Amino acid sequence: MEEILKINNLSKKFNDIVVLDNLSLSVKKGEVVVIVGPSGCGKSTFLRCINGLEDIDEGEVLLDGEKVSRNKKNLSKTRERIGMVFQSYDLFPHKNILQNITLAPIKVKKRKKADAEEEALKLLDRVGLLSKKDSYPRQLSGGQKQRVAIIRALIMHPEVLLLDEITAALDPEMVREVLDVVLSLAKEGRTMLIVTHEMAFARAVADRLIFLEGGKIVEEGSPAEFFDNPKTERLKSFLQTFSYE
Amino acid sequence: MGFEVLLKGNNFIRLLGGLGVALYISLISVAISIVFGIILGALMSLKNPVINAFSRVYLEIVRIMPQMVLLFIVYFGATKVLGINLSAEVSAVIVFSFWGIAEMSDLVRGALSGIDRIQYESSMALGMNTMQTYIHVIIPQIIRRLIPLSINLITRMIKTTSLVMMIGIVEVLKVGQQIIEANRKSSPNAAFGVFATIFLLYFLACYPISVLSKYLEKKWEN
Repeated sequence: MEEILKINNLSKKFNDIVVLDNLSLSVKKGEVVVIVGPSGCGKSTFLRCINGLEDIDEGEVLLDGEKVSRNKKNLSKTRERIGMVFQSYDLFPHKNILQNITLAPIKVKKRKKADAEEEALKLLDRVGLLSKKDSYPRQLSGGQKQRVAIIRALIMHPEVLLLDEITAALDPEMVREVLDVVLSLAKEGRTMLIVTHEMAFARAVADRLIFLEGGKIVEEGSPAEFFDNPKTERLKSFLQTFSYE
Repeated sequence: MGFEVLLKGNNFIRLLGGLGVALYISLISVAISIVFGIILGALMSLKNPVINAFSRVYLEIVRIMPQMVLLFIVYFGATKVLGINLSAEVSAVIVFSFWGIAEMSDLVRGALSGIDRIQYESSMALGMNTMQTYIHVIIPQIIRRLIPLSINLITRMIKTTSLVMMIGIVEVLKVGQQIIEANRKSSPNAAFGVFATIFLLYFLACYPISVLSKYLEKKWEN
């Protein structure tokens, strides 16, 4: 399968603290890569560097073979092609659900309002939130908001979707409804880079897992290798923190 | 009750004229305060140490000093010390703007800093450029936060214009006093009627603004 996203030797420091250390990763079209690791290991920073929300100190990001330029205008173009969903609170509070979803396609992609709305309604129906189209974000539960945030990214037809701990701020019973949406996206062959702490979900959704620590890839492998037969001691002890045997 | 003096001659019209003067001074000051308050508030949110030091001193001065003292300093002081002959109206507008800009800039700074960074980021992550992010996402949220607060400031400024009679401006309160003085013999109760009417006039000027603010606040609760 062809390679859609390639990261070469990415390094990033915050005030002399190395957050990402010469990190390289290649993602194929349709592949779902899940990144796990202890807090502060640079997972979120890694995603943010990919779509230019953080500057990078060294290295390069290639999208579909083209180097992602860091100037403002090109970054907006790149971000249209790389969707991102955050931990929480990122819906626009002054716009209703339908407006939240259609704002970017109308303003950025210059699509007709009726056309964007039609697609938005289809997507809302798909995640079971059609009845909420006229509600405002504050009237939705956390899980519902995250489902809206996902389709707000999807309507831009991104080639790659970055999900940054999208269930970390949710009540446990809402996690499932959001992850089900992500699983269905994986099934239809979307390319995704997912940062999560939900190990069962990671196992179910991933084609490949990456264990990140200290800004470096410590181990990577298929779900079976990764969870059942971890090679490094660090990954073993990390995975143990999630079990209660 | 003393209301009858208002029907004599053109007393009531004069009182309305006085209210007009008060509103005129406050509205010019409000307009200046909004424009420069927004600029200063935006500058303050840049977190430049020089601008911040300046604005803190400025804000403290405005908070500590009674408006009346400021009025006297500008109106009497400027003439003596700087040799500039400011009219009472101009002095009043300067003082009220000086006050309004300070309060407004603080409101703007608060509204700006209250907007989560994630709002900028999620908007840019959707491919919006800086301009689109501000126009469609940030500024509408700032305005929603700002309008109820600034309307409160506007009503306070309108009320406080009653101080300008101290530097000789014939606004509504002063006109009221003149009417009472002139009719001391014929209507000894004029004080009640006139001041009650002035109360009502201020109420009529400020209440609609206050209702509008409540309405917007409800509408924008989201």
